Order: sequence, then C-alpha cells, then structure tokens
Amino acid sequence: MATLHTKNAARAMMAPAVIVLLIWMIVPLAMTLYFSTLNYTLYNPFSTPFVGFENYSYFLTDPTFLAALANTLILVIGVLAITVIGGVLIALLLDQEFYGVNIVRLMVIAPFFVMPTVAALVWKNMMMNPVYGVIGQMLSAIGLTPIDWMTEVPLLSIVIIVAWQWLPFATLILLTALQSLSSDQKEAAEMDGAGALSIFWYITLPHMSRAITVVILIQTIFLLSIYAEILVTTQGGPGAQSTNITYLVAQQATSYGDIGAASAGGIVAVILANIVAIFLVRLIGKNLDA
Amino acid sequence: MARKVTTGRKIGTTIFAWFVGLVIFFPILWTFLTSFKTELQAISIPPVFVGFDWTLENYRTIQTQSNYFHFMANSIYLSLGSTALGLIFAIPAAWAMAFSPTRRTKDVLLWMLSTKMLPAVGVLIPIYLLFVRFGLLDSRLGLIVVLFLINLPILVWMLYTYFKEIPGEILEAARMDGASLSKEITQVLAPMAVPGIASTVLLNVILSWNEAFWTLNLTTSNAAPLTAFIASFSSPQGNFYAKLSAASMLAIAPILIVGWFSQKQLVRGLTFGAVK
Amino acid sequence: MGQIHLEKVRKAFGDVVIIPDLDLKIEDGEFVVFVGPSGCGKSTLLRLIAGLEDVTDGQIVIDGQDATELPPAKRGLAMVFQSYALYPHMSVRKNIAFPLKMAGMDKAEIDKRVDYAAKTLNLDAYIDRRPANLSGGQRQRVAIGRAIVREPKAFLFDEPLSNLDAALRVGMRLEISELHQRLKTTMIYVTHDQVEAMTMADKIVVLRAGNIEQVGSPLELYSHPRNTFVAGFIGSPKMNLLGGAEAEKYQAETIGIRPEHVRLSTTEGSWKGTVKVSEHLGSDTFLHVESPVHDEPLTVRADGEFPVHAGDVVYLTPEEDKIHRFDGEGLAMKTNSRAVA
Repeated sequence: MATLHTKNAARAMMAPAVIVLLIWMIVPLAMTLYFSTLNYTLYNPFSTPFVGFENYSYFLTDPTFLAALANTLILVIGVLAITVIGGVLIALLLDQEFYGVNIVRLMVIAPFFVMPTVAALVWKNMMMNPVYGVIGQMLSAIGLTPIDWMTEVPLLSIVIIVAWQWLPFATLILLTALQSLSSDQKEAAEMDGAGALSIFWYITLPHMSRAITVVILIQTIFLLSIYAEILVTTQGGPGAQSTNITYLVAQQATSYGDIGAASAGGIVAVILANIVAIFLVRLIGKNLDA
Repeated sequence: MARKVTTGRKIGTTIFAWFVGLVIFFPILWTFLTSFKTELQAISIPPVFVGFDWTLENYRTIQTQSNYFHFMANSIYLSLGSTALGLIFAIPAAWAMAFSPTRRTKDVLLWMLSTKMLPAVGVLIPIYLLFVRFGLLDSRLGLIVVLFLINLPILVWMLYTYFKEIPGEILEAARMDGASLSKEITQVLAPMAVPGIASTVLLNVILSWNEAFWTLNLTTSNAAPLTAFIASFSSPQGNFYAKLSAASMLAIAPILIVGWFSQKQLVRGLTFGAVK
Repeated sequence: MGQIHLEKVRKAFGDVVIIPDLDLKIEDGEFVVFVGPSGCGKSTLLRLIAGLEDVTDGQIVIDGQDATELPPAKRGLAMVFQSYALYPHMSVRKNIAFPLKMAGMDKAEIDKRVDYAAKTLNLDAYIDRRPANLSGGQRQRVAIGRAIVREPKAFLFDEPLSNLDAALRVGMRLEISELHQRLKTTMIYVTHDQVEAMTMADKIVVLRAGNIEQVGSPLELYSHPRNTFVAGFIGSPKMNLLGGAEAEKYQAETIGIRPEHVRLSTTEGSWKGTVKVSEHLGSDTFLHVESPVHDEPLTVRADGEFPVHAGDVVYLTPEEDKIHRFDGEGLAMKTNSRAVA
C-alpha cells in the first residue's frame, strides 16, 4: 500500500543518513576548496590572504607533483595488472577439485584481513630486508646478490606489498563470479566441440568480464588513496620515488604545514577520483535496474 | 562437473594449489613462526623454520612493555562504536529504500556510493583543523564519528541488498494474517533480516579495524588503535623482528578469524551488491 | 457467509488504467476462477479484493458491508500466494498458527485448529520442519493450511499451482476442489491455465486487458462463447477460427469449429486436406491438417486411434450444429444457422 502516509515515514527514515552524509561531503569539501585559494600556512595561521589559483599553479608545476602523479598511475596500474591476472588464474585453480580446497582458500584470502601497517612492516623487514629478509636469504643461498628493495626499487616494493593485500579481494570476487557460471553452458560448448582453452576464452572469460570490471573500478578507488603502506616503509623516498598524490598532500599539510597547497592537491585528488567514480557509479546503477 | 576427475590429476592439482596457497600465505605464516623465536633466532642466517626453541617471551614483552592492551581496547572501541552508530542510521534508511522505494531511491543510493569515492585527502585538512578547533584530535569520539561516516554508505548498501531479498509477498501474507505494523516488523521482518545485519556488522568491524588513513592522521597516543601501534615499529630499532611479529599476530588474529567466517558477505559488501 | 460484490471498481497506476470500471457479483460458496492471458489484470483484481492494493475508484462490498477502505486483515479473507510466502524462520506449526496468534486466540484453541488442519492436509509428519526442508507440494499445503485455520469468509488463490510440476498440479487441483466441496466457502482463484479454470470453477470470469469478456459456468463458456477471444481461449486444443469464403457460407465474418466437432474420413467429406503432423495418444488422435480452406493448419481430434500419418490425405466434415458464427466485431451471432447451400 503505497499510501502518502508510508511515503512520509520512508522519507523520515532515510533523512538522518542522507543528512549526515550530505554534511560530511559538502562542509569539508567546501572548506578544502576555500583553503585552496588562500596563502595559508600553519606557521602563520592568522594571516591568510586570498591568492586565487596560485596554490594550484604552485602545486601543478611542482616537479614532485608530476612525479607523484606518475607514481600514482604506476601504483594503480601495476597493482591492477597483478591482481586481475593473478586473481583470474587463482580463481580458476580454486575452482578445480583437489584435496584441502577449503584450507587453500583460507590461505589465499588471509592477506586481505591483514591491516595495512602490519602488511607493510612484515614485508619491509621480514621479507624484503636485504640481509635478514627471507627473499634476500633465498637469493644469497643460490648465489645471487640480494637487492635492497626499499632503496633500489621503492615503488616496485610498494606495488608488491599492495598487490599482495588486494590479490585475495580480486580472487574472491572472480571466484564467486566463476562459480555462478552454470555448467550447462560449459557442457554445451564442449558438445559444440570447444576445447578447454576455447571454453575459457569464449565462455568463462566473457562471463567474468563484469566481475573483472567491478574489481578494477573498486580497487582503483582504494588504490588511489594508498597511504599507510608508504608511510611505514619508504616514507615516499628516496627523494619522491615512491610518493603518490595522497602521500604528497598529507605531507604538505603535516610536514610542511602548507594548508593552501595541500588543499589544492586535495582538490586535484578529488577530481582524479571522480573520473573513476563516474564509471563505477554508472556500472552499478545499471546493475541496480537488472 | 559431474564427471570423475582422475586421481593422478587431482593429486597434481592438489600439490600445485597448496604450493600457490602457501606462497601467498607465507608472510603471515612466517610472522606467526617468528613471533615464537628469540630475537637472535629471528634474524639467524640461514633462517630456521620450526627447529627453534619456541618461546612466549615476545608476547609477554609486548604486553608488559608497550601498553598493548590500551591500543587493543581502542581498536575494539572504534570498530564497535562506529558500527553501532552506523547501524542506527543505516537500518532505517535501508529499510525505507527496500520496502517503500520511490523514483528517487536509486539516485539516493548512487549518491551515497559516490560519497564513498571521495578521496580522504580531499577532506583531510578541514577535518584535521576542525578536530583541532573542537579538541577532538586524538579522541575516540572524533574517530568513531569519522569511521562511522566513511563506512555508512557501505552499511546502507549492504543492508539494502539484504532487505531487498526479503520477498514482498511474505509481508503481504503477514498483513493478510492480521499482523499489525509492529508485529510485522518484530515477528516476520526482523528474524529474516538478522542474518543480513549480522554479516553487515562483520564487514564493518573488519573495515574499521583495518582503517589506516584517518587513524594514523588523527591520533597520537590516547585514541590510537592497533594500526597506529604497529606503525610505531617502523622507526628502526635494533633487534625487534620477533617482537614486531608478536605484536602483528596480536593485531591481525581477531580480524583474520572474523574475516575467514565472513568471506561470502565480504564479496557482496565490497562490490555494493554488484557481485553476489 | 462470503458474498463479494465489486461495484464500478477501477484501478489506475498514474495514467495507466489497469482495470476500467468493472462490476462483478460473487455469491456465497461459489468457486470463481479469474482466467486470462498474462497482463490481463486478473492478479491485480484479486489484490484489490484482498486489500493489498488500493482501488482508484468504486466500491468493494463484502457481505453487504463496504470494505473498500478496510485494511487486508480486517476483511476476513485468506490468501494463498503464488510463491506460498511461508515464513522461512518458522516451523510448519508456527506458520499455520501465525494468523490465529495475531488474532489473539488462546493457545489451546490454536493447537486444536492447527492439529486439525495439519491432519486434513497430511502435514502431521512435517509439523516441526522449516519451509526450506519441504517439497513444493508440501509448501503449498502449508500455505493452504495457514489460510483454512482462520475460517475466512473467502479464500483467495493467486496462481497457486504454477510453481508445481505437472503431475503434482493435477493432484493439488483435486485437493483444492475437494476442499471446496467440504468447506463450502467462497473461493476466488486466479490462473492463466484454462484447464484449471474448466475443471475447478463454478463460475469462470474471462478477463482481457482489465475488461470482463464473459462470465459463466465452464460449459456455458464452452458451448456459447460470447466472442472470438473467449472462443479461442476456452477449450483445448484451441477452436479453429476460419474467415473468408467458408465463413461467408454461414453469413458470418468468422466461423469457429472445435477440433472435437469435426468428423474425419479417409474417403469423403467437405474439406480435403493433407496431414502435417499426427499425434497418437491411444485414447485420442490429434491431427494438424493443411487445407485450402484456411491458411493455417486445422486441428482435429478423433476418439481412439485413427491410423493416418504425415502426408496422408484426409477429409474433414464439421458438425453443422456445432459451428460458432461471429460478426465483424468478433461477437457471437445468435443461434447457429445452417450453411446456405
């Protein structure tokens, strides 16, 4: 009974959640936008003259920004490539029949539940340390020279750590999608003379394509804001070799106290994230109708 | 697949799958083993796997010397507090959207989702300054509110997809059977909604427990949860692998166990119902 | 008592009119079936009677009382849903007891009624199971049990058999008919299956696009369809409808002849044709015959076995007094007249 009464009740039930989110979204964002036009530093917080787009031109022409932008892209694309390809392969593996499938599944999923600071520190010290780390010791054992991951290839190290954290997410979602594929379809393809590879290429992969898209979009949102992993491992260095936009903006505010520039950087980050968000919202909105 | 897989092939797959699983799980396993070593054994060359003198010394040290329980308590406060607050706001909203949808329901849902995509750095500075102004910096209350807000969209979405699955005909049947609105909610709807609410709670606890942007930026010591406690190990200090391992195991063990039990719900919550 | 009168009932969603002004009288104890193709508004009509939808205009009168504004629970009607709508978290016993509990009945009386219902519906063995552990037929019985314990003025059934397999459907059809014989309570039953309508109903209401096409007993509808729609919808296999020269012989726009009213011969008859498909069931033989008199194959039924096969030539002779004549608007013309020779 869609009467007027229930409609009003429904509105009243939705209102609190909508209002707090609206405030959460609009107030700080408006303040960021406002700060981004001021010459505002924590060292002199009482004089904050209006400077227009100066912060933006400062931020956007800063070579560190360009490096951070490039690092952000490499980080996102690198992690996506590893997790999606790895995720598809591991999902296919977990879909097979073998002894202890549930235990292997638990082991594969586990990294996702490890908090970012733990993941980063365990990798930095116990895996990647050139002297005591397991990887270094293994390389030494077979006669190779271990590398100092955090200083020689800082960005790659972070890509590996973050990919390790997100591989389970991709695997879990792709496995769910894989298991929703009816065996009828595969059997029909088999009757039609398709081999294992053709079945994967023409049946399985297209079936998973939507799940892959979802994985890519959702991970991108989270990967754009990687922060803790960088903070506890390389602190963005050496130089700016492993600084991403999120880290750069936070650094501008906390280390240099430059509120104006940091705000401009924050707005740039919002714009970047929105480009991805538009695609994701469309995709999920379409799904809502189905 | 109804056909029999040959034993030979199954054994082959088993070996390969276990190998892959162990490689991925190795850092956690290694941390677990190291947490029971002495600091010297933890960095011995070549490394020892199980043939060491197992000791609980590190766990004792962590608890006595570093005020571990303080951080643990904060993690529990923050994740349970933000979840409870979230449910109070999310249940009525999701309920209304699922059971009396209007033309705008879909837009509201998508808008909520889009707030989740707002990068944290975009609002970090004003939030930081507001926290300073109102004395909320390094307070549990302030963080609970922030964690509640960043996870609210996920809560609403997840509950919405669960509530949506409760068939409308059952509610109509209850109405035909003479149930009043309060009876309809307490006797028919609530029992059917409980499993969905429970999985939503699990996911939200996991997400809050592991949140490491706001907790690192808005706390120093008083309200700092385990994420921040572990981060304090990043500053180089002599022999600390074993203690780092013990602290790490203590920090991840509860959520690892909760997480293993809620795999399915996780997929659903994190994909906003797009993959079930 | 269970007398339901609909007076000028109208239902519209926004500008879309689902049911234009509709009048219908359902008398106490009648088994009434609403039948029609999907989207004809039959389920909406049932839900209006139940009170699950608000009427846009008009009145619903139950036992002489205006019930238009009454909430569903106050109308004294019980409904069996297509999906059964059992409460998944309650045992069979609790499901059946639920409406009584809501009515505030005392426990002893509830137990007595539930036990009785369970016994009559053969549910005693499953009384403590949850719906998830029941078969489709058993769930259906629980849904019926939940309806009968209330001793309602009328039962409403919304396509209750459509989720069951064919064999179960025939069994449940009989059970529902027996239930009606025993309880003598008014029943309103919605289906798209004309066989269910023909076998169960005292009165059939044929609906199309929210309009009542015809109301009558199954045999009235079978022998005197009011128009070509009812003629084509009631009866299985469908009535053959022919236009053109053959119809003109009977001074009609369209003539209709049921498959069972055509005599078959391999040697002589009015219409010559070729068998396209033959279906031999033993008890009957169905032939699909291509003939120059009509552009679509004609369906013919013969009692018992009729030994012809695809490609054979047969002759068809319609029984003159069983021919239905329809005018340009598709309405039946009065009394069947002979062909003008």
